Amino acid sequence: MKKKDIMLAAILLLVAFLLFLVLRPKDGAKGGQIQITVDGVLYGTYSLFEEREIRVEQERGVNLIYVRDGAAWMAQADCPDGYCIGQGKIREKGQSIVCLPHRLVVEVTEANGDMAEEGQQGFRPPDAVVH
Amino acid sequence: MGKKIAYCAVLVALAMIFSYIEAVLPIHFGVPGIKLGLANLVAVTGFYYLHPGEVFLISLVRILLSALLFGNGLSLAYSLAGGIFSFLVMLGLKKIKGFSVVGVSIAGGVSHNIGQIAVAAWVVKNRAILYYLPALMVAGVVTGMLMGILSARILPVIRRGRT
Repeated sequence: MKKKDIMLAAILLLVAFLLFLVLRPKDGAKGGQIQITVDGVLYGTYSLFEEREIRVEQERGVNLIYVRDGAAWMAQADCPDGYCIGQGKIREKGQSIVCLPHRLVVEVTEANGDMAEEGQQGFRPPDAVVH
Repeated sequence: MGKKIAYCAVLVALAMIFSYIEAVLPIHFGVPGIKLGLANLVAVTGFYYLHPGEVFLISLVRILLSALLFGNGLSLAYSLAGGIFSFLVMLGLKKIKGFSVVGVSIAGGVSHNIGQIAVAAWVVKNRAILYYLPALMVAGVVTGMLMGILSARILPVIRRGRT
């Protein structure tokens, strides 16, 4: 290991730290709601403080998101890798859970006043398909 | 010529086995994309005793085969993005005097992760994933350093075997 190697590592770590400072939520922005997007399109916005089970069903598959006590997590998903389930609970602004195969992202955003409605905006596929 | 092809094929198989071992190990970081990068060991080491074209070919074939056998179109996109980007970065960095295998490997690891996360953000059409960039960069530095140190140990043995 040479001097330049260590310098490179140090610079990269510094850049990572700076990025972290830039990207993380600003003071006071605690989050309070989650936004679910599928393929870049907003699926719905939900308060983190109302207990809920959100089932997102699309032709790629099904995701089940639970919301309780200020946190949200992926309870179930039928995607091939299941990484989204392993991503744990999110509660702060900037955190997200991503289901890549299903192009689904759950991210914590700042609660502003205008999410009073029950939360379904954008496209809304049927909750269940019964044969 | 045949011998070269056979040798490259063996390295492809080796890289695939490394990938597989990594996939089987129960080490999960929760963040999509953080891996040990064991398979990159073949490429990084390869840069120091093979022709760069061979290294590229080995990586490319490994990525294609792995995606074909164990992945899907999506995983192919990430692997290609990470693999090609890190190959170019490592190729460039190696030319600068003063960097050893470790430095090249670090750069390779970080750029591999950046490539993957960039494609992931593009595929999902959501920038939220980019919040993981700092963590992925740190992971890239750490794993790159580990793989680099490993490479440095392996290279003398390989070189001895080839004379």
